[in-house]
Amino acid sequence: MERLVFLLSTGLARGAVLALFALSLVIVYRAARVVNFAQAAMAIVPVYVAFAVTAAGGSPWLGLATALVVGALLGAVVERGLLRLVPQDNPLPGIIVAIGLVMVLQAGLAIAFGPDHRPVHAPFSQRPFDVGGISVLSPYDLFVLIVAAVVMGGLALLFGRTSLGLQLRAAAFAPETSRLLGVRVPRMVTLGWMLSIATAALAALLLVPTGLGLDPHAADVLFVNAFAAAVVGGLDSPVGALVAGLAVGLLVSLVTGYASAAAAPLAVLVLLTAVLLVRPHGLFAAREARTA
Amino acid sequence: MSTLTIEKLTVGYGDGAPVLDGLELEVPDGAVVALLGANGAGKTTLLRACTGLVPARGGRVLLGGADLSALSTEDRVRRGLALVPEGRSVVVELTVAENLRLGALWRAGRKHRGPALDAAVAQMYELFEPLARRRDAAGHTLSGGERQMLALARALVSRPDVLLLDEPSLGLAPLVVAQLLGVLRDQAEATGLTVLLAEQNVTGALSVADRGVVLSLGEVVADRPAAELAADPALRHAYLGF
Repeated sequence: MERLVFLLSTGLARGAVLALFALSLVIVYRAARVVNFAQAAMAIVPVYVAFAVTAAGGSPWLGLATALVVGALLGAVVERGLLRLVPQDNPLPGIIVAIGLVMVLQAGLAIAFGPDHRPVHAPFSQRPFDVGGISVLSPYDLFVLIVAAVVMGGLALLFGRTSLGLQLRAAAFAPETSRLLGVRVPRMVTLGWMLSIATAALAALLLVPTGLGLDPHAADVLFVNAFAAAVVGGLDSPVGALVAGLAVGLLVSLVTGYASAAAAPLAVLVLLTAVLLVRPHGLFAAREARTA
Repeated sequence: MSTLTIEKLTVGYGDGAPVLDGLELEVPDGAVVALLGANGAGKTTLLRACTGLVPARGGRVLLGGADLSALSTEDRVRRGLALVPEGRSVVVELTVAENLRLGALWRAGRKHRGPALDAAVAQMYELFEPLARRRDAAGHTLSGGERQMLALARALVSRPDVLLLDEPSLGLAPLVVAQLLGVLRDQAEATGLTVLLAEQNVTGALSVADRGVVLSLGEVVADRPAAELAADPALRHAYLGF
């Protein structure tokens, strides 16, 4: 029982990070109709910047803010300077360029900062609270949950309630019609990339203190699990990313706790296979449009 | 002034022969002009070239004397040009209300927001009562008639100077077509809207238009007052096939 409560609460906090990263994949998929295979490498660059800012005497909060800005800028630079130049009629060139970008970014980070793990300290204690003799969330886990909830709420408001959000959604669904209504579609695509990479950087930043530390590959497993979550959720559904992200987080935590850490990736693959067998478009994919 | 002037417009696809070759057409301020012709005559290409969705090989498009040729589609729309493309182009993932708000964002070249935007949308609900009842319904749940109504309302809500319509009657019941064309005529009379209406439904189009222009293989072959064109059997036979 104690173990179950502990695993569930840890799984929830890991799931929140996964959901955030899955949401970033959904944002860029909706904006540009690409699955960004460079998301992990692009997310870890701002984390290094945050680390450097904090190490140079800035507060962790300044580091966090810098990471978000750098993430957004990196998203804009990669979209405008690289992916926009790639032929769009077929997804393969974009995927290949993204994989090339992963190699360049990760090798660049290793050259600049060294390939070793760097320990990163969380801004809050990671010692779990003790509630009636049962270990539950740590203060840091609580912080992660709150930040993830606030960011997701903010994004939901942005997309659902503002005119910018309306333009972002319209540009993603119907680019030509949106242009005919005066929406600057290329700008909306760039904004989508900026939001996506900033969100991914935040997720990576929240993850790093709970793992082995910072290295150029620190977000790779996060990307794999979050990608599975995004596909399970339906790839273009923010709600799907949230639900599936939490579910994958809980699954990984429970399997790691009761079986072994080595079995966790298998469990995620089994979940992914099972969902795709039953619902090939994912759990929360948009309903088919009426065509007549 | 919102006269739409098309000067020596040449448009083609790929390396093929041009679909429009040196086309000249003027739609005067406040006029309703029907653009007629068989499939392949170049009606859709002309409308898409006016909005910049299809690049022109040569020639100019002017709105109120200002050259639009160098502007992007978005900027032409913000200058007061609106196109309702063929095929009920509502954004099916958005609701009726969201589609209308999207259309109302740019009004008379300025960003529109708050109460003024709400008022503009409310005006469209008065004009198109069925849309008011379905304001929170997603676009993909609408019928064909409701979609075309929404597409027209979404163009009108931006209060454009010049409205281009591409086959609004396509696939719709005669009653719905009559209703849509009636609203169009009333709006043109009430607001001085300039309209270029491409149609296969010749009778319907000529009944609301002041002037009829017949395109054939990318050239203007007849340009007459609408009543005259509708009444001349020789012209009808030659160019309109009935």
